[in-house]
Amino acid sequence: MTTADLLGKILQVVMGLAIFAAVVGLLIFFIDKAPKKGRDYWQLGLFLLPAMLFVAIGLVYPAIRTSFLAFQDNSGAWTLDNFIWMFTQPAAIRTLINTFIWVALAPIVSTVIGLAYAVFIDRSRGEKYYKVILFMPIAISFVGASVIWRFVYEYRSGGREQIGLLNAIVVALGGEPVQWMQTDPINTILLIVIMIWVQTGFAMVLLSAAIKGVPTEQIEAAQLDGTNAWQRFRNVTVPGIRGALVVVFTTISIATLKVFDIVRTMTAGNFDTSVVANEMYTQAFRASEIGRGSALALILFVFVLPIIIYNVNVLRKQREIR
Amino acid sequence: MSSVAPADLPIGRELADGEAIELADSEPGTKTARVKKRLTSRTATIASIIIAVVWTIPTFGLLVSSFRPAELIQTTGWWTIFQNPGFTLENYQNVLFSASRSSPQLGAYIVNSIAITLLGTLITLVFASMAAYAFAWIRFKWVNWLFIFVFALQIIPLQMSLVPLLQIFSTWLRPMQAWLHDVVPIIPEQNYLPLWLAHAMFGLPLAIFLLHNFIAEIPADVIEAAKVDGATHGQIFFRIVLPLATPALASFAIFQFIWVWNDLLVALIFSGGTQDVAPITQRLAELVGTRGQDWQLLTAAAFISIIIPLIVFFALQRYFVRGLLAGATKG
Repeated sequence: MTTADLLGKILQVVMGLAIFAAVVGLLIFFIDKAPKKGRDYWQLGLFLLPAMLFVAIGLVYPAIRTSFLAFQDNSGAWTLDNFIWMFTQPAAIRTLINTFIWVALAPIVSTVIGLAYAVFIDRSRGEKYYKVILFMPIAISFVGASVIWRFVYEYRSGGREQIGLLNAIVVALGGEPVQWMQTDPINTILLIVIMIWVQTGFAMVLLSAAIKGVPTEQIEAAQLDGTNAWQRFRNVTVPGIRGALVVVFTTISIATLKVFDIVRTMTAGNFDTSVVANEMYTQAFRASEIGRGSALALILFVFVLPIIIYNVNVLRKQREIR
Repeated sequence: MSSVAPADLPIGRELADGEAIELADSEPGTKTARVKKRLTSRTATIASIIIAVVWTIPTFGLLVSSFRPAELIQTTGWWTIFQNPGFTLENYQNVLFSASRSSPQLGAYIVNSIAITLLGTLITLVFASMAAYAFAWIRFKWVNWLFIFVFALQIIPLQMSLVPLLQIFSTWLRPMQAWLHDVVPIIPEQNYLPLWLAHAMFGLPLAIFLLHNFIAEIPADVIEAAKVDGATHGQIFFRIVLPLATPALASFAIFQFIWVWNDLLVALIFSGGTQDVAPITQRLAELVGTRGQDWQLLTAAAFISIIIPLIVFFALQRYFVRGLLAGATKG
């Protein structure tokens, strides 16, 4: 990077800030000078204008267009070929199956470990530090996490000393080192481990907060009834945090459905590890198969749709209560 | 509250205030503590220590390795550091300052990440708080529906937007960028604009939702009083709403900051991949592809890429947790 490059970058940021400030200033100016007639409408419109414009251009229009593109071939003719490809080609089917494996494993394992950990450390000495340890990976990018784990999974051939922790353990136990990332199906599982590593902290923090919200009286009452710790956990704590469990589970499920960075960085989808989000990128932006990429994006949307509907319903109920 | 309804959690008032969810110890010695104490047995303690250790080791190994000389990283495991001692800062020097074409040259990419994150966060924050104010305080019937629509948008997968948005940008934004480059040659033709806009667009639904929940909680009396005194909506927004919403703004800002900093997908599509624009995550992913065996570079580069969000995370943990708890879902 030369000094000129750096100056150019700083200039861009300064100009960006200046233009942005000018835009906001202009908006506020017009908001305050709105005509008396229908004033509230004008002001509402202007307050909403930038955000709605951005959302319309960045999300609403593209989502609609992608839905159409999914039913077109590269010349623009209407077709179902993209979906036929998706459900008949072995590589594409494998992508779908992998995505299901991801969604079947990552949310459950993260939630269970997160819950167990939250219960174990609840009210213990140094709870704060325990939490930070598990929670830290959330601040780490998927790319960073992938490099961290790629080092754990590193393979050295022949009799050379292993520098990857996992193979070192295998060798120490008398086994043969494995090329983890090239070996199907263990490679997908090991990629999922990265996701679990990142998401468990999130599950733990939310569930820990919920556990602290379970009334002490209920636990005391159960204790007086002569229940053991497991029974109290099973019959008092779990029902008490059901709401939090649902939120954690659905959130991690959505994140898992859309997982891209890990697969991209670790294997780029090779060795039968591809998932829908990665394949979408590969098809649309590497292979210029816009139709297939759009079809995959649409499938992704269809997978998360039930969760959207559920969330919107809950939100509507809440707003009615208010 | 005996049970928590699903959406209480992201938007419930106690959680928005953040008190119930701090990562802090609760007061010991209370009845609660005594009762719950019995739940934690020795086995539980051991299990939690094991989990904590397993969770830390991978990062620790990376950190240790990044300070080891190249030949030691390549031939011995980092856990043998005491048998094979060695310490060097050369790896960091190489990835940051080496000017040779094949070296990572992370400096430029860090500047890009900072630039992208700065405006990617600011634009989202300002536009979202304006929209949130309108949704919360200028009441019309259909506005509620619009708000629910925006809320629903946050779960549209990014993947749905990428292809058309890239087309829009290359049709409308590219000529503007080219023109800007002609007028001010120091600004490269590939500039940050597409990334700023894309991150703002994708971040807005969640931001509006979170900030709305907070801004709607501001007492109506305060707003009404200002109106009676003749304040305009613009004045109310800047003088009353924004200062009162600072905690929510802070927690969302951190959330968005970490999200934008850690993003790979948006960068891959909209940055063009050159040193002029690409963020450090994109560079790191690229290095994995091209220099996948050069662990002395990868470990140091990875550590540099994660250290800034980690600092932000540790420094502003409270706000971060608040933002995270309040916005469990992100497109």
